[in-house]
Amino acid sequence: MLIEKIPGQRVEGHRPAPRVIVSPETWRMLTGELASGRMTLFGLWGDADKVHMALLQDASIVVVTIECRDGKFPSVGQVHPPAIRLERAIHDLCGSESPDLGDQRPWLDHGRWGVKRPLGTRVEVSSISTTYQFLPSEGESLHQIAVGPVHAGIIEPGHFRFTVNGETVVRLEQRLGYVHKGIESLMAGASIEKASRLAGRTSGDSTVAYTLAFANAVEAAAEVQVPPRAVFLRALMAELERLANHFGDIGAICNDASFVLMHAQTGILRERCLRAADVCFGHRLMMDRIVPGGLARDIAPEGQTQLRALIAEIRKVFPQLVELYDNTASLQDRTVSTGFAQPSLVRQYGAGGYVGRASGRAFDARYNLRYAPYDQLSFDIPVLDAGDVDARVWIRIREVDQSLSLIEQILDRLPGGPVGISVDPAGGREGFGVTEAFRGDVLVWVSLAGDRVVRCHLRDPSWFQWPLLEAAIENNIVADFPLCNKSFNCSYSGHDL
Amino acid sequence: MRKLLFKSLFFRPLTEAAPSPDDAGLSELAAAVGRAARRRLGRSLSIREVDAGSCNGCELEIHALNNAYYDVERFGLRFVASPRHADVLMVTGPVTKNMREALERTYRATPDPKWVVAIGDCAKDGGCFAGSYAVVGGVGDVVPVDLHIPGCPPTPTAMLKGLLALLEQVDKAAVSP
Repeated sequence: MLIEKIPGQRVEGHRPAPRVIVSPETWRMLTGELASGRMTLFGLWGDADKVHMALLQDASIVVVTIECRDGKFPSVGQVHPPAIRLERAIHDLCGSESPDLGDQRPWLDHGRWGVKRPLGTRVEVSSISTTYQFLPSEGESLHQIAVGPVHAGIIEPGHFRFTVNGETVVRLEQRLGYVHKGIESLMAGASIEKASRLAGRTSGDSTVAYTLAFANAVEAAAEVQVPPRAVFLRALMAELERLANHFGDIGAICNDASFVLMHAQTGILRERCLRAADVCFGHRLMMDRIVPGGLARDIAPEGQTQLRALIAEIRKVFPQLVELYDNTASLQDRTVSTGFAQPSLVRQYGAGGYVGRASGRAFDARYNLRYAPYDQLSFDIPVLDAGDVDARVWIRIREVDQSLSLIEQILDRLPGGPVGISVDPAGGREGFGVTEAFRGDVLVWVSLAGDRVVRCHLRDPSWFQWPLLEAAIENNIVADFPLCNKSFNCSYSGHDL
Repeated sequence: MRKLLFKSLFFRPLTEAAPSPDDAGLSELAAAVGRAARRRLGRSLSIREVDAGSCNGCELEIHALNNAYYDVERFGLRFVASPRHADVLMVTGPVTKNMREALERTYRATPDPKWVVAIGDCAKDGGCFAGSYAVVGGVGDVVPVDLHIPGCPPTPTAMLKGLLALLEQVDKAAVSP
């Protein structure tokens, strides 16, 4: 079935594509399409008495909605596992239930909020900590290792429950939700400006990607055309953010294989990117520089020369580091064939970013959805099939080259003119935006009433990557977990929201 | 690799000159730190970082403290893997309700004398997340805070200033009777 032809009632004020309110029968049929692989799950979230689902097919995205009857809707996760955690989160946040879902455990709600269903009909409850039932792993000579939420490194909190046989991991089960901040609840009723700041703090390493996706969603809803200069500078920021994160990741992965030299060298390149960002846009991570309607400020006059110098320096230094990575057998020994993410699982979960592209899934929102200005720029999307830690490093290495070329192209043809226009949405409108963050595609869906946000949903790429880490670590040794985990580098904050 | 290592013999280090301790940070600190405790500590400080709910922005900049430009180890500041090895807890984020207990337990696991440094605007009062059903508030609402370094996120230089202020205090106390 083509997603343009989904039967149901079309909501026209929803852009760039209409939203379709579907019957339970159509919903079940679409669930079947997901399970058969003809469509990819792109998002699943709740509203007061509705559940929305974003579907991807080729280069089209459609949002469908089911109205809950008695607070219930037919489960997607029961036939299509990538939806399980999303459904558990819907139940925690909105109260909508899918009774036929096998796993009814809470996900984000640890029983400590003092409220139930914060996004639905809110009920005050006495704050009692509930014990979480991990899935059983039984067998001779198995034991468990509990890690987190506070980890040994300077990283975000989450809990990992390993069941191991000797040194080999038999099962990993993640428990997340520790950094749940209630972002979507804070956004409800907030001004567009405040909501944009919150979107930029959903996952700090992807602040550009998130503010851009949020701005795109608002601009789609309000039918606003952003000036071309702003469009190009936004992409420039996005590529700069990608560079900085990829350098950080490449070094950190090698560091987890005790190859500190690489970490030190890529750390220098990352720092140079952040300093260039600071010179160009006045903030090292470029927080709040993208706003609905355009940019908070234009690039600094000396910015262009700074960026050209940065590109020249990276082109001089980085190939030597790549050679070092490629020629160090002891390092390759740790990364090659470690943490294999199966291509079939990657396709099923619609995993984006380097996790997907290292396992043969050729999807990159910049390329497949061709949003501006990428429709006017030339670049490649590196794809590999090996699916191991090494492949995820190589995808990043090749993407560094692509980002450098993209920044050059943007600088070469940067249009003049203003960098913003006012966004003045009238009446009730809805829209969504998708951007390619360094770790994968970010979806932001927004419903507006005048200049206020009624409901906003932000879907991090990590939702479809975290479960694959559980699968990828199986039969690896415990000591390789940091390496595998870093090669995925999923977001905790973006996921927990 | 040899080529790369050889080259590093000839290049000047990238390391920034040490910034002077931040005056505001100093005064905030002076009131908070007990003299007797400082004497027992000496100059070196071990830091345990705890993300109590941040967006990860502060963590990125804390990481930068370890890069070749800022290189905090030259000041005797070292990040350690366990609170049991730490003198200082560096806490980021608004404290989420789901992380409250973990932060309290980490604090209790840190041996005395200890200091808590709250990093970033959210760590002060919850920042833009204040008022959420899922957020307790700032770090000070859960454990006693000795020093707060503002910013969203604070730059590595700002953090370095704050930490140096802490160190100066510890040092002064160590030599004074």
